[in-house]
Amino acid sequence: MPLLELRDIHKTYHLGGETIRALDGVSLDIDSGEFISIIGPSGSGKSTLMHIIGCLDSPTSGTINLDGVMIHNASARQLASIRNKKIGFVFQFFNLLPKLTVRQNVELPMIYSGFSSKERRERAMNALESVDMEDRSKHRPSQLSGGQQQRTAIARALVNNPKIIFADEPTGNLDSNTGERILQMFDKLHTEGKTVMLVTHDPDIAAVTPRRIEIRDGKIANEIDPKLSGQTPRFNIGTNN
Amino acid sequence: MNLLTTILSGFREIRAHWFRSALTMFGVICGVASLVTMAAFVKGKENLLRESLAQSGGLERITVESEDDLPDYQKHLEDEIRGITLKDVYALRNNAPLVYNVTPIIEKRSFRSDLRVTRKGKSTRYTLLQGTWPESLDIMEHEIEHGRMFSDIEDHLAKNVCVIGTEVRNSLFGEYDEYGETIVPIDETIFINYKPFKIVGMLKEYMTEEDRKKKEEAKKNKENKERGFDWRSMRYKDSNSRRSMIVYSSKNSSILIPLNTLVSKLDSSFESGSKMDRSLSELTMKIFDVSLLEKSLQQVRNVLLRTHNGLEDFEFETQESFADDITQAIYNERTSGMFIAGICLLVGGIGIINIMLSSISERVREIGIRKSIGATNLDVFAQILTESVVLAVSGGIIGLISSPFLIDGLASYAPDTTPPILTVESMVIGFSFSAITGSLAGLIPAIKAAKLDPIEALRYD
Repeated sequence: MPLLELRDIHKTYHLGGETIRALDGVSLDIDSGEFISIIGPSGSGKSTLMHIIGCLDSPTSGTINLDGVMIHNASARQLASIRNKKIGFVFQFFNLLPKLTVRQNVELPMIYSGFSSKERRERAMNALESVDMEDRSKHRPSQLSGGQQQRTAIARALVNNPKIIFADEPTGNLDSNTGERILQMFDKLHTEGKTVMLVTHDPDIAAVTPRRIEIRDGKIANEIDPKLSGQTPRFNIGTNN
Repeated sequence: MNLLTTILSGFREIRAHWFRSALTMFGVICGVASLVTMAAFVKGKENLLRESLAQSGGLERITVESEDDLPDYQKHLEDEIRGITLKDVYALRNNAPLVYNVTPIIEKRSFRSDLRVTRKGKSTRYTLLQGTWPESLDIMEHEIEHGRMFSDIEDHLAKNVCVIGTEVRNSLFGEYDEYGETIVPIDETIFINYKPFKIVGMLKEYMTEEDRKKKEEAKKNKENKERGFDWRSMRYKDSNSRRSMIVYSSKNSSILIPLNTLVSKLDSSFESGSKMDRSLSELTMKIFDVSLLEKSLQQVRNVLLRTHNGLEDFEFETQESFADDITQAIYNERTSGMFIAGICLLVGGIGIINIMLSSISERVREIGIRKSIGATNLDVFAQILTESVVLAVSGGIIGLISSPFLIDGLASYAPDTTPPILTVESMVIGFSFSAITGSLAGLIPAIKAAKLDPIEALRYD
């Protein structure tokens, strides 16, 4: 049974009398441990898809089964709990809280899942170690470089040991070298067995993942899946040719 | 998200914008401080009034005074008015079982009559001379500190003896001798209208508890210093702090002498006829049971109507109206004070709403981040509400801490007001008011924050 199972997902918005079909019948299976990217130009519906899978939004119709839980009609409270325990987000703009130190930022998800402060500290330090940020734990986000901030954000996404990690344009705000390091980090997470989903408009970035799904006009336009086609994916990260 | 973490994050938020927070808190500080201060002043006044009610005999005491103004249907009988006499006293003692210690009093005041109280060239400024029976000690809540009350026999024999209040002693002898010891002029002689009277007893000094404490403290402090201290300067200081409460000062300025002595030796108006016909200033008595006040008054009235041949030339004075006045006055002061403090807290609360609203619109992104990593709407609601409560309660605590200084400052600025009493009760009320203000003010911003859509919030710049 796949980790994530989407069946015929529709999402429509009403904007000033006009109906916008952000997602128009998307069906998708993602297995545990996959490294997958969602590609598409802006306005294609990829962000909406990520928001729906990431439990930030609910579909207008269709069913979603995440790790055995039907989330398409879950309550806001249940969604919050799923976001907390099963999902980790990494954003383009890092989205760290500027008033908190690096360690406190990483501890934040655990505050909402009710860990003791000692446990929080230990787990946060472990997560920071895994992204080589343990020596910056007392710094504030404003004292860090973009790459360091993004690594902190990754540590925050990892700290509750989620089933799936979403990265929304994680390199969009970084120079290419730093971006490469971040992508390598996701690749490493994948080889450690994590399920990682990259959302990007850049095919070069999407190229790091074995499986790529292209979204256009709310539909899956193209899909490259090594399981289906036997294609060998490009692993030569960052060569950009 | 547990409460402690939420509170800590509330404090962090305050510290991050300490100046803004301080300005916001100021409203609550003012509100709570004024509430507590107001309560302290009202409490001080209430205590003083209640003490003086007790000092003037409590609710059990009723007084009968003669009344020259007859009811309309008796106007033509005005010639028959006798006033209150000793006959009434005996009649009440025999026929009114609901009252006891019926005591006659003839009063003379030094500023209204030609009463002069002197000794060795010194005289009193204001004196209340009362010719009465020994029972009056109990009725008027007098306490003898030195010596004794005059006896029934001395009254019977019209002896020249007197019991004086401390203010009389102060005027005629001074309060302290050169060694700083209190002067007790028992067995000394003073002159009342140039007739010698032997002092057999002295009443205790009546003053409020506050004043007593202050006086003792002042005395202790002075004793620790050198011996040759001028005690008169202290008297001055002390009288400065003494509140002009009529009940206390008139009790302290009293001279009690036997009724018979006053009638036969000091009373120029007393000419001929039976002593029983001498009209009294008032007669006073106590009732056994305050709940039977109406019945007791009716009984006294019936007896007096009989001795006065049906003439209503007397009136009652009970302490109940005094007590009612106290309750009413305190109620009024409390309501107006509460109103003012309430407005202060309202203004403070609006300040908090304002600052919390602007704070959450600055932190839309933070709220989005928190939601995306698993904060429920309730978590966000609780966080904003807690911040608001922390803000208000910190203001409340500062207000509580500053209220004693405010009270002292106001009391020293207006030394003649009644001494304020800071009560724990009022502090608890002030504190809970600040907490309530904080939670009410936090509601709207907290609901607003909880309702934010995480996707929108994450996009917000």
